[in-house]
Amino acid sequence: MMHMLDSASLAEWLPDDTDAADGATGFTRRGFLKSAAAAGFVLAVQLPLARKAFAAADVGIVPPGDFAPNAFIRIAPDNTVLFVIKHFEMGQGATTGLATILAEELDADWSQVRTEYAPANAALYGNPMVGGAQGTGGSTAIANSWMQMREAGATARAMLVAAAAQRWKVPADKLTVSKGVISGPGGKKASFGELADAAAKLPVPTEVALKDPKDFVLVGKTATRRLDSKAKSTGTAMFTIDVKLPGLLTAVIARPPAFGARLKSFDAKAAKAVKGVTDVVEVPEGVAVVATGMWPAMQGRKALKLDWDLSEAGPKSTEAMFADYKALAAKGGGVTVQRADDHAAQMKKAAKTIEAVYEFPYLAHAAMEPMNCVAWLHDGVLETWGGHQFPTFDHMLAAKAADLPMDKVTLHTLISGGSFGRRANSWSDFTVEAVHVAKAIKRPVPVRVQQTREDDMRGGLYRPQYVHAVKVGLGADQRPLAWQHTIVGQSIIAPTPLAGALIKDGVDETTVEGVWPTPYTLPSPDITLQSPTQAVRPLWWRSVGNTHTGFVMETMMDELAAAAGQDPLAFRLAMLKDQPRFAGVLKLAAEKAGWDQPLAKGKARGIAAQFSFHSYVAQVAEVSLTADGRPKVERVVVAVDCGVPVNPDQIVAQMEGGVGFALAAALYGEIEIENGTPKQGNFDSYRVLRINEMPKVEVHIVASGEAPTGVGEPGVPPLAPAVANALAKLTGQRVRRLPLSRTTFRLT
Amino acid sequence: MVTFKLNGETREVDADPNTPLLWIIRDDLGLTGTKYGCGIAQCGACTVHFEGAPVRSCSLPLAAAAGKNITTIEGLQSKAAQAVQKAWISMDVVQCGYCQSGQIMSAVALLEQNARPSDADIDGAMAGNICRCATYQRIRAAIHAASAELTA
Ligand code: FES
Ligand code: FES
Repeated sequence: MMHMLDSASLAEWLPDDTDAADGATGFTRRGFLKSAAAAGFVLAVQLPLARKAFAAADVGIVPPGDFAPNAFIRIAPDNTVLFVIKHFEMGQGATTGLATILAEELDADWSQVRTEYAPANAALYGNPMVGGAQGTGGSTAIANSWMQMREAGATARAMLVAAAAQRWKVPADKLTVSKGVISGPGGKKASFGELADAAAKLPVPTEVALKDPKDFVLVGKTATRRLDSKAKSTGTAMFTIDVKLPGLLTAVIARPPAFGARLKSFDAKAAKAVKGVTDVVEVPEGVAVVATGMWPAMQGRKALKLDWDLSEAGPKSTEAMFADYKALAAKGGGVTVQRADDHAAQMKKAAKTIEAVYEFPYLAHAAMEPMNCVAWLHDGVLETWGGHQFPTFDHMLAAKAADLPMDKVTLHTLISGGSFGRRANSWSDFTVEAVHVAKAIKRPVPVRVQQTREDDMRGGLYRPQYVHAVKVGLGADQRPLAWQHTIVGQSIIAPTPLAGALIKDGVDETTVEGVWPTPYTLPSPDITLQSPTQAVRPLWWRSVGNTHTGFVMETMMDELAAAAGQDPLAFRLAMLKDQPRFAGVLKLAAEKAGWDQPLAKGKARGIAAQFSFHSYVAQVAEVSLTADGRPKVERVVVAVDCGVPVNPDQIVAQMEGGVGFALAAALYGEIEIENGTPKQGNFDSYRVLRINEMPKVEVHIVASGEAPTGVGEPGVPPLAPAVANALAKLTGQRVRRLPLSRTTFRLT
Repeated sequence: MVTFKLNGETREVDADPNTPLLWIIRDDLGLTGTKYGCGIAQCGACTVHFEGAPVRSCSLPLAAAAGKNITTIEGLQSKAAQAVQKAWISMDVVQCGYCQSGQIMSAVALLEQNARPSDADIDGAMAGNICRCATYQRIRAAIHAASAELTA
């Protein structure tokens, strides 16, 4: 999801027009391509939707007197400025980011800005970086919206100025705009609200001038603060778990106890006897117990008698999977990712070789708000409330599950308690199960399907388990001569509609990104990939393939530098050609961390960097050991180059959060499976980071005029290898398997 | 029927006395600032004040609340609470925000007991509150800022 897609490849996965003749979804390949072309979203960066006419019905009712020059801005006579946010807010700050860009070009006052989330409408709110589908992922929110929001804001501003010029009978170029007020000669002043009605009657200009970046007052300023801090600091922010509707019921689902298990039969008698339980219904996901609240639903579920067929439960065990994967890697073969003709010859010439095999476990996202969705079937329509991170998928699959045409389905997208990739998936699992339950109760009553922490954590959709086997030949001059690399693990993309676009010649780009392509000049590579399938659904997990490729590449770099007797930073820089931004963050992080300065005894530094989602991040970790041989990460210095920093303090926040999220996984993250059942189910067994383990994080942002790129994910990949490199320096022990809790470290 | 005080108001609830207070507060009494994250006293998202002390409401049965004073994020009023929320907002502590009611309840309880907490005191009081967005550095900074305001 982190790569550019064309709309044609997404459309390929959509139902054929003939298939859709039954009206199941009303969303067809030809229709999609047509609407894609109509909305121009492949060209949206150049020709923003800002200038396209749109039907008021598409964006809700625009009250008379409101000024709504495009799908993103509505200004009311009472002077509120409402921005319609096309991206999903899971904490990463997209709401504030898009609003900053709109307000900048509009010259709105930050305190008058209000936001709401866009309805499902790919024609108006599509993301050209994910093939024009409406969705948030791959750290693309700011990147794909930058020019579109600028033009939307500038268009509205130009029309407000034109309205003032008409009213005051002065040339438009005699007017200035600042903080939501238009000023003219002779002390004339008008608020946006006072001009809304007049501006609404003007034609939408076809050309607008954008600001010179040196005149920015909101973009790039630390003083531009988050819009949601107050609501989220007072308990008033509304998440899916908080939705209130008349007669709303709560359901929990008794789910298969193992991947691949099937329901044979169940007895609901005792469950139905629990006070507060209203319905017990079978759905494709299991048996749903519906009640007046969460507790009776959970008690009802406990009282169910369930008989499962476990004959196809799997995988047998994650340890056995590691053994299989290592055997596959040792055997070699698979599809070729990249191969130099002289690989074998160069490897033969090597003065010495370094070999290593790495193991990475399944990881759960464990977002703070367990998965949930509210569905309400009434009067021939379906409404859902949820963390609709990919409205295009959710809309289509909800309609299909409800057996309704898409125009009878309304999605209400709410903020969510984290996601880290979990809420964007092409099964729309938590949306679809809510629709199934709403349908099964056969009453026009809204129902929230709430997963418990255990349901969420044991439900699969994990970062897959991987094995890498690497062999590097070093020449007599201590420089790498040949690079052999095999990756074994599930393809994340294969089961998704993105397969056509992101799997080329059998290679899932998201499994190999960071190994190939890489900013380093890899000598004579031979890179292969094997993608076995498993009963566990794979899913992207904050930074996707970079979670494992970054670890392997950056710890191997360190190992090679040590073998060559060179400084790890200098060794890397010598392998970087024409990569000034990548080299730049490495040097900046090293400088700010005091790379050349001695450290107190018992501490060591490690460095690592990763290019991901078009951004460059380097980190230097300062690590010591606890008395019982556990790593203690004390300080992490981060350098990030993400182009124009739109909200510098939010970039800092995403780097801090990325470090903490990555450190949790590096230290403890692991889902183990036995006979198809995950062992870990809650935070007692799936340990995550706590405040006492949070290192001091210092973030340095590279000043840049390049187009802005993502920051939600790129803070994650360098952390684990930077820590492992520091540990190797401190203890001489090289980490081959994550999490680090599997190793006891000893000072050398 | 169990009677207790919620945010200063007397409430009567007719429910299974084993029901965790969390679900009584959310589902029966309609206050949704208090969140569910784990149900087993591991994450702190459900933290409320029980006679002024922070407790995990997911693991406290309704029966235990009988006759007691319970405060949720909606009922925060103290000076310490105001200082904490002000620091949280001005420093943009939150990301997804889901854990933050619980974080704030723990931080307020800490500052009400100890207006000048050390980093170790903060670790001790806050280690029961998980933040998957890892906003911990700002949580610590905001507690120190609130402390500075309270002791100025
Ligand atoms: S929900 Fe109570 S501690 Fe997690
Ligand atoms: S802000 Fe997201 S879990 Fe804390």
